[in-house]
Amino acid sequence: MAHLNDDKQLDRRHFLKCMAWVGTGAVWTMSSGVLSGSPLGTSNRGAMAAHTHGGGLRFVQISDSHIGFNKEPNPLPQATLQSAMERIRTLTPQPAFVIHTGDVSHLSKPDELDTAAQIIGAVGNTVHFVPGEHDVIGDGGRAFFQRFGEQPDRKWYSFDAGGAHFIGLVNVLDLRPGGFGQLGAEQLAWLEQDVKARTSSTPIVVFAHMPLWTVYSDWGWGTDDAPQALGLLRGFGSVTVLNGHIHQVLQKVEGNIHFHTARSTAYPQPAPGTAPSPGPLKVAAEVLHSLLGISTVTQHVHDRKLAIVDDTLPS
Amino acid sequence: MNNSWRFLLIFSVALTMPTRLVASERESSEVASDTHIVQRIAIENFTFVPATLEVAVGTLVSWVNEDDVPHVVIGTDPGSPVKSGALDTDDRYSVELDHPGTYRYFCSLHPHMTGTVIVK
Repeated sequence: MAHLNDDKQLDRRHFLKCMAWVGTGAVWTMSSGVLSGSPLGTSNRGAMAAHTHGGGLRFVQISDSHIGFNKEPNPLPQATLQSAMERIRTLTPQPAFVIHTGDVSHLSKPDELDTAAQIIGAVGNTVHFVPGEHDVIGDGGRAFFQRFGEQPDRKWYSFDAGGAHFIGLVNVLDLRPGGFGQLGAEQLAWLEQDVKARTSSTPIVVFAHMPLWTVYSDWGWGTDDAPQALGLLRGFGSVTVLNGHIHQVLQKVEGNIHFHTARSTAYPQPAPGTAPSPGPLKVAAEVLHSLLGISTVTQHVHDRKLAIVDDTLPS
Repeated sequence: MNNSWRFLLIFSVALTMPTRLVASERESSEVASDTHIVQRIAIENFTFVPATLEVAVGTLVSWVNEDDVPHVVIGTDPGSPVKSGALDTDDRYSVELDHPGTYRYFCSLHPHMTGTVIVK
């Protein structure tokens, strides 16, 4: 069962809280193996609080920039991506790196990918990418991996930072009829070998585009073989899974595994089951603009769970 | 047959067709000859409408994306002739199915979207 914010269904008020994150991003701070998140942008209070609490590793997650999308409610997603990158540049201190959890482009076109690379590259920080399904149309992701790939011989990868082990997975290739996202046997075998060398006390952070938990099966929001992947991580004390794809902030805690999905920098999608389809949610331009630019969201951490709290809109 | 006669023939055929087919004729630039029957499958709200379609051999089947996000129509079975590129909003993909059989397909971007064309 999907646990939405604070274990409540997403009503309009909660949805607007999530909307406040659109076009921004998230700052993640790791302290003692536990990740805490705070919204990026608006005021930096949340980010600063997260940073000063324990002084651990800090990084930023952005997702679903959809460069090339040109319809309502956001015909200029490059501008909102630009806004997100400007927020990142103003963070003090700077994050160690940025991760992008896919759908960088809308139609996998080279010019879309180039535009995104130019805007994201301006952050002047290391950025780790995984593709979304919009990044692999027609060519299996060849153009995407040419620009953003990290390994010459495989599409998934891992790295260590701040005492944690980060794993970037690809679950948008070779999708099967009637199914969800898929990792595939080859990637699962690699994952098994990759984590085998780590001690169980090593904090693990997994990031991939489609949710690695079944958020809403009617809309295909899940990954078919995620249980096999998560089974390989059950022995670790702290596992955090960061996904995109659904353009809204949702979370779930399952044993030692914390799941989070990120908002988009381009457009919102409806809460599960609240619309005929998961297509772009049409909101008035002035609403989107105000949520992008001037809403303040502060995040607190209670019992390793995320809570999003509305803040007063600045004048 | 000169172009004028071809136009008149297509026009007269269109007049006798059900409304939906006439709409397809007007929208499509891919009606190759006056002998084609065109059947349209709408992609709307992340579903294929109709999900199952029965057509006669030689029918030109046309998928039209009415969603605000792209879809890609791909045949499920090996060697299937059904294989579109990216279909953005209002884009159309057409294929002539000239052999009897059951053609299953799905959206390779949103694989929970599935459909079937039965050719008799």
